[in-house]
Amino acid sequence: MSKSRNLFITSGLSLIIVLALAYNFADRNITQLPSEPRMVNAEYDFDLRIIAAANAANAPREGNGPLGLGRKALLEEINAWDLEIAPDGTGLPIGSGSVSYGEEIFSEQCGACHGDFAEGVDRWPELAGGEGTLADEDPLKTVGSYWPYLSTAWDYIHRSMPYGYAQSLSDDDVYAMLAYILYSNDIIDDEDFVLSNENFLDVEMPNANGFVIDDRNTTEYPFFSANPCMEDCKLSVEVTMRARVLDVTPEDDGS
Amino acid sequence: MAKRKTTRRAFLKGSVAIGGAALTAGTSVKASEGDPLITETQEWAQFTGDGVDATPYGMPIDFESDVVRRNVEWLTADTISSVNFTPIHALDGTITPQGCAFERNHSGAIELPKEDYRLMINGLVDRPLVFTYEDLERFPRENHVYFCECAANTGMEWAGAQLNGAQFTHGMIHNMEYTGIPLRALLNEAGLKPEGSWIFVEGADASSNGRSIPIEKALDDVFVAFKANGEALRKEHGYPVRLVVPGWEGNMWVKWLRRVEVTDQPIESREETSKYTDTLADGTSRKWTWVMDAKSVITSPSPQSPITHKSGPLVITGLAWSGHGAITRVDVTLDGGKNWFQARLAKPGERKALTRFYLDIDWNGKDMFLQSRAHDETGYVQPTKEQLRNVRGLNSIYHNNCIQTWWVKKGGEVENVEVS
Repeated sequence: MSKSRNLFITSGLSLIIVLALAYNFADRNITQLPSEPRMVNAEYDFDLRIIAAANAANAPREGNGPLGLGRKALLEEINAWDLEIAPDGTGLPIGSGSVSYGEEIFSEQCGACHGDFAEGVDRWPELAGGEGTLADEDPLKTVGSYWPYLSTAWDYIHRSMPYGYAQSLSDDDVYAMLAYILYSNDIIDDEDFVLSNENFLDVEMPNANGFVIDDRNTTEYPFFSANPCMEDCKLSVEVTMRARVLDVTPEDDGS
Repeated sequence: MAKRKTTRRAFLKGSVAIGGAALTAGTSVKASEGDPLITETQEWAQFTGDGVDATPYGMPIDFESDVVRRNVEWLTADTISSVNFTPIHALDGTITPQGCAFERNHSGAIELPKEDYRLMINGLVDRPLVFTYEDLERFPRENHVYFCECAANTGMEWAGAQLNGAQFTHGMIHNMEYTGIPLRALLNEAGLKPEGSWIFVEGADASSNGRSIPIEKALDDVFVAFKANGEALRKEHGYPVRLVVPGWEGNMWVKWLRRVEVTDQPIESREETSKYTDTLADGTSRKWTWVMDAKSVITSPSPQSPITHKSGPLVITGLAWSGHGAITRVDVTLDGGKNWFQARLAKPGERKALTRFYLDIDWNGKDMFLQSRAHDETGYVQPTKEQLRNVRGLNSIYHNNCIQTWWVKKGGEVENVEVS
């Protein structure tokens, strides 16, 4: 009997032993796998709700949504982030601020960019003036001349200003700054005016009715859909404007 | 076997002269004598290159260092609240590499670690929820390619031809393959209340850039993305998570997305009242002009991508897109609109994604006035600048999707012009 046959028999025996062990372990000690994993359907809505109902007892579901992902937001967390103010005043906190205090803090916190009188410095935005210029060749769009809602200004100052140090202003500071901006725009004439959550909705913004909802589907689309001319569409073509004459393109520094 | 002996030093000396000659003569050198790039052994054919550990994350080769984002200094007060432009004149295909995809920030590109990322869903929902980045990765995931165009793209061209380069006139656009989850999955998880008619979305940066979106769009195709072109978003595009609002203006694609609130009214934030509203000639302004209408531009030849060869075969190429759906056709004219030809689409147009087109011509070496005109699946045809001005005047800033003209001159030089 050759060595090789001996080896063959030995390895054959080993294989049987291993298979037997595997079978026994699989049977006794390993949870049987289901024939197919449970699927979470990407096209859900109802599907997810059905799966959620079926699985309700199976898994701890922290967020309690259909997939049980995420966790419930705490009230203090919602209050920390849910800051925006709607045009009807929803979200506006209790508080107030005067024109005179507003002038003081505006010049400290905002003047470097917006100018002491909200007239703007360099290319930073002008916040005052421009009333009646919207149909001009060069309209000046400011809080006074353009912004339709006072809530927008309160919200933006409170959430995003001063530029480079956002969310550092108290509610009363925001009321005061806004009172001063209204005064700078001649929307408020009284230098003793105090803006508060009480009188906030009484302020009339000059351009409140200056906006229409997107009407391209009636003013443009019907006219921009004709089957266009493909041949002999024009008699002559003349250059009417050249970018090179204007010369405002940045010099190439990349190559 | 020919005897070609080259030392490294001799090669380096020679390569300068060869490079110079190649630049002036172009590639169509008469083969009266052998091209030294072929007849002489080149450095790259003799010595070894970089090892595999040289660039664990690769950057474009130095020779492509001009294919970069550029900004226009006079446009904004500083570079923090500003914009730069995709070098579309130098790219081909449709997918924009993240590293040169335009960025528009309102308070700079912030660094927000994944571990510190939180997304809140609140307002008119059954269960206000907070998700971590890890939570988001456990929702069923989808992949979509969409273009993102700033509403102000081409906005400097309303009053006349101004910036001399497709990068500057049309480069506030990119097109990426996003991986993420539909927003409706998150809204469903929180349980949308029937009175919820809008959502208000905001970012984690100092600008917050809050925007209101109707619930119909939110439940349709608005997408919460955490990967672009297969890898994590770049910080300038909202790492780790941004909103994707297919076909709608880029400002709504909130970066560093931190909160989605379901409301029963639009918030009329700064970004949707004082900005991103389109003033008409009579002084009234359009608001909620969210959709980006069909548009196209020839990316080459263009002022930054002049023709460097003589007459003969010339590839004219460009991009077309529509926020209303797929591009179905692009026409190209060589003579400023007298006669038009249908361009070849590299692939059938995909909804709300960039489409690449080509027109392969035999250039006669003479002046051309190149224009392209996009058609989309709704039957909309890209208008001329004149058509747009007739409706809107000169001050609407946003949503300028007019036909662009490039004047190709005899020597191959190209200029941004307007024609009659």
